[in-house]
Amino acid sequence: MNTVIFRTAAPLIVATMLVFSVYVCLRGHNEPGGGFIGGLIAAASIAVFGMASGVPAVRRALKVDPLAIAGFGVLLAGFSGLLSLFIEAPFMTSIWLYLDLGETVVPFSTPMFFDIGVYFVVFGTLSAIALALESDREEDL
Amino acid sequence: MGLSLEASIALAALAPFLAALLTPFIHSLAGRYSGWVLATVPAGIFLLLLGVSEPVIAGGTIAASFGWVPSYGLTLSFFADGLSLIFALTIAGVGTLIILYSGAYLKGHRHKGRFLAYMLSFMGSMLGLVLADNMLALFMFWEATSVTSFLLIGFYHNRQAARRGAIQALVITNIGGMCLLVGVILAQHLSGTWLLSELRGLGGVLKDHALYGLVLALFLGAAFTKSAQFPLHFWLPNAMEAPTPVSAFLHSATMVQAGVYLLARMTPVLGGTAVWTGVLVAFGGVTLIWGALGALRETDLKQILAQTTIASLGLLVLLIGLGSEAAIAAMLVYFVAHACYKAGLFMVAGAVDHEAGTRDITALGGLADKMPVTFIGAALAALSMVGLPLTVGYFAKEEMYLALVGGDWLMLFVLAVLVVGNALLAGVALIVMIRPFLGDALPTPKNAHEAPVAMLAGPILLGGVGVVAGLLPDWLSADVLAPGAMAILGHAVEPHLKLALDLASPLIWLSALTWLLGIVVFRQAQAIRTVLRRLSAGIGWNADTAFDAVMFGLIRFAATVTRALHHGKLEFYLLAVFAALAVALFWPMLALGGLDWIVPTAELGDWSKRLVLPDLRPYEWGVVLLAVLGLLAVLIAQSRLIAILSLGIQGTALALIFLLFGAPDLAFTQLMVEVLSVVILTIVMTNLRLDARDHRPFEDWARDGTLAVVCGAGVSLLLMLVLTGTLDTRLSDFFTATSVPIAHGANIVNVILVDYRGFDTLGEISVVMGAGIAILALLRRRKKTEETGP
Repeated sequence: MNTVIFRTAAPLIVATMLVFSVYVCLRGHNEPGGGFIGGLIAAASIAVFGMASGVPAVRRALKVDPLAIAGFGVLLAGFSGLLSLFIEAPFMTSIWLYLDLGETVVPFSTPMFFDIGVYFVVFGTLSAIALALESDREEDL
Repeated sequence: MGLSLEASIALAALAPFLAALLTPFIHSLAGRYSGWVLATVPAGIFLLLLGVSEPVIAGGTIAASFGWVPSYGLTLSFFADGLSLIFALTIAGVGTLIILYSGAYLKGHRHKGRFLAYMLSFMGSMLGLVLADNMLALFMFWEATSVTSFLLIGFYHNRQAARRGAIQALVITNIGGMCLLVGVILAQHLSGTWLLSELRGLGGVLKDHALYGLVLALFLGAAFTKSAQFPLHFWLPNAMEAPTPVSAFLHSATMVQAGVYLLARMTPVLGGTAVWTGVLVAFGGVTLIWGALGALRETDLKQILAQTTIASLGLLVLLIGLGSEAAIAAMLVYFVAHACYKAGLFMVAGAVDHEAGTRDITALGGLADKMPVTFIGAALAALSMVGLPLTVGYFAKEEMYLALVGGDWLMLFVLAVLVVGNALLAGVALIVMIRPFLGDALPTPKNAHEAPVAMLAGPILLGGVGVVAGLLPDWLSADVLAPGAMAILGHAVEPHLKLALDLASPLIWLSALTWLLGIVVFRQAQAIRTVLRRLSAGIGWNADTAFDAVMFGLIRFAATVTRALHHGKLEFYLLAVFAALAVALFWPMLALGGLDWIVPTAELGDWSKRLVLPDLRPYEWGVVLLAVLGLLAVLIAQSRLIAILSLGIQGTALALIFLLFGAPDLAFTQLMVEVLSVVILTIVMTNLRLDARDHRPFEDWARDGTLAVVCGAGVSLLLMLVLTGTLDTRLSDFFTATSVPIAHGANIVNVILVDYRGFDTLGEISVVMGAGIAILALLRRRKKTEETGP
């Protein structure tokens, strides 16, 4: 699998997939997509990256442990639900905020942050598993 | 005081927890003086409670309540009457001295801060327990005392005996805790209230109910485990592995008294019946004698004291069981006296151990010259334990004899038990006071010298209270006895405490008899010990070994069950999972008549009409063909890798079908899942270094194939069955109608996931992460065993 072609093409594939995954995640509220599928795409890209460049390179590029990303995702999703407590509404009541930039209106909402949390969880967990499986036994997990 | 009465009651219960949270900071700031600093917390609580005691002494109660779970009508409520205030003041007062003592006892210990934090949390739990009005809060604090005591007993966690003692205490007291929970729920169910203060006013509602026996058994189970009644007493001596301050605090004056408190608290609700009196007096009496004899068998100071604590707890339970005015009064006075002298004696034992290096009374002697102040503390406490006049212990003894004198022969028998028990305890008190301190000086492992002030304050002050309170019987009866007895019995009680010795009354002669027997016991201690040790060695079997046997059996049982269910053969796991799936698919279909439509009947027997080719477009046929080809490839594939890839082809075709029939989200996800499963399966396969070819014997092949076909048929039939019915569109109509106006999103699938059903998703992603952690742990373990070799 470790061919020159693959190794050369892999960074391009990975970059495209990552950008696409973010796009899919963010557009999810109105069109096909969402945090779960976005996270899957991103995790697949990490798996490809791992095959092409080796696990240590991926870990260096990620900077943080993938499982920590997953933990951050759960935290983010949980906290996005807690925000509604400030307007004295029950847990996970959604709050919407429309940011008017003149030309366009950007909607922010707690479900969006929740979806980003889902993205991180799926991405982090699956990347962690994929990297652990790909790594050779000399490396530490 | 600026605080309202209500707020101060709640503050008393919650402040120790706050202090425990801050303890690490305080400890790192105050260093070796952290004991002095932290002792201000219980001291403050003591003063606070003393400040609010006036209305309680006048016969009132103070109540405070906060919303807890308003939707269930639950409130976190506290209340203080005479009974709870006596307990709370004892806890806070003794607690102050104990924290001070701990600071010196664990001087320089690496985990002193942790210890003090545990102690404070325990104190908070205990104060909460005695001040709680809501029975669920009572249960919560009850369990909190079990947990904190587990942490404290196991504080020297590198000692095997300490770990065993901690686990034993936790197991036994938690059995009681579970009893309490069920009992509390049952009591609420029968009476309709969670509040102890209201329950008390309802009188006979529980007593006259058909389930009274069950409620009583549950509450007694809770109280007897916590208060170490025979035959569940054995955890208490083993808990002596804890550092001495813990024994002095938890296992004399506080935690073990929680059961006594519960019984006293439930007396108006459950007490007064023949069963109540019979059970409590019987168990209490046996425990009293058992514990007193146990104390004579031991030579370790702490073990001796632990056994006398068991005896005293039995005595208290017996008195509650009697339930007469004098008995309740005796119970309250004895509780106060016991808390003072027993905590003091434990602290003395700790000081002796700390300074002389041993606690064995046969190896100690003549310490009074080297540790005079400690000796004074020991003597004050022991005199109260013997029950000499001018001490609180004296009144306790007089009062309990008064409760029994002049009764029928059964009462006289109980009286005899009490006299014997008290005499044995008096003998033990003399042993504890005289053996280590008087007589010839013996060489000790450490060169003994006087303990530091912080360790002396406790025994001296508590001993002093025992004597000073004994000099003020009027105060004792008006301010302690009357409100406490009022809380238990519900009406004012005439106290009988008098300083003057009335030689005409039989009580003084009973006391004299007790002292006389006590001296005999003291003189014959050696012989009694030898006999008792021979006896117990002759039986060779006790509750402690029974506990071990039960625990061992439990572990063996768990191991057997685990081996049966969790045998480690992956193919059998899969077999079990798919067999269960097949059952789950077919059983409801058959049971609910879901397969009737498929059976050809006379009229509808024409199968040819049903089996018509659907009207599909050519590219749709192409996708179906792709799926079938993928499936066939899986079946005929010779190597595992090709089978995995073929499975991916089949899944991709499925994703295309979703895409063609209007479920882009599903298609998207399916595609990504297929890609990732192929990648991960391939990596796993290469990592496992399996044989590339998948050979299996015919019977395996037939078994797996049959199961696969059955499961596949089940899913297909279920789907067809679903399609024959009319689709209930209420839910999808609701989502279609409200998705944009309410949830601001056009993609209904995503809106359901992150908004309508967001809470479910939160749970699911937590599970995803948990599963990820588990998988990583498994992989890591496999790598480790590979490195070290199997």
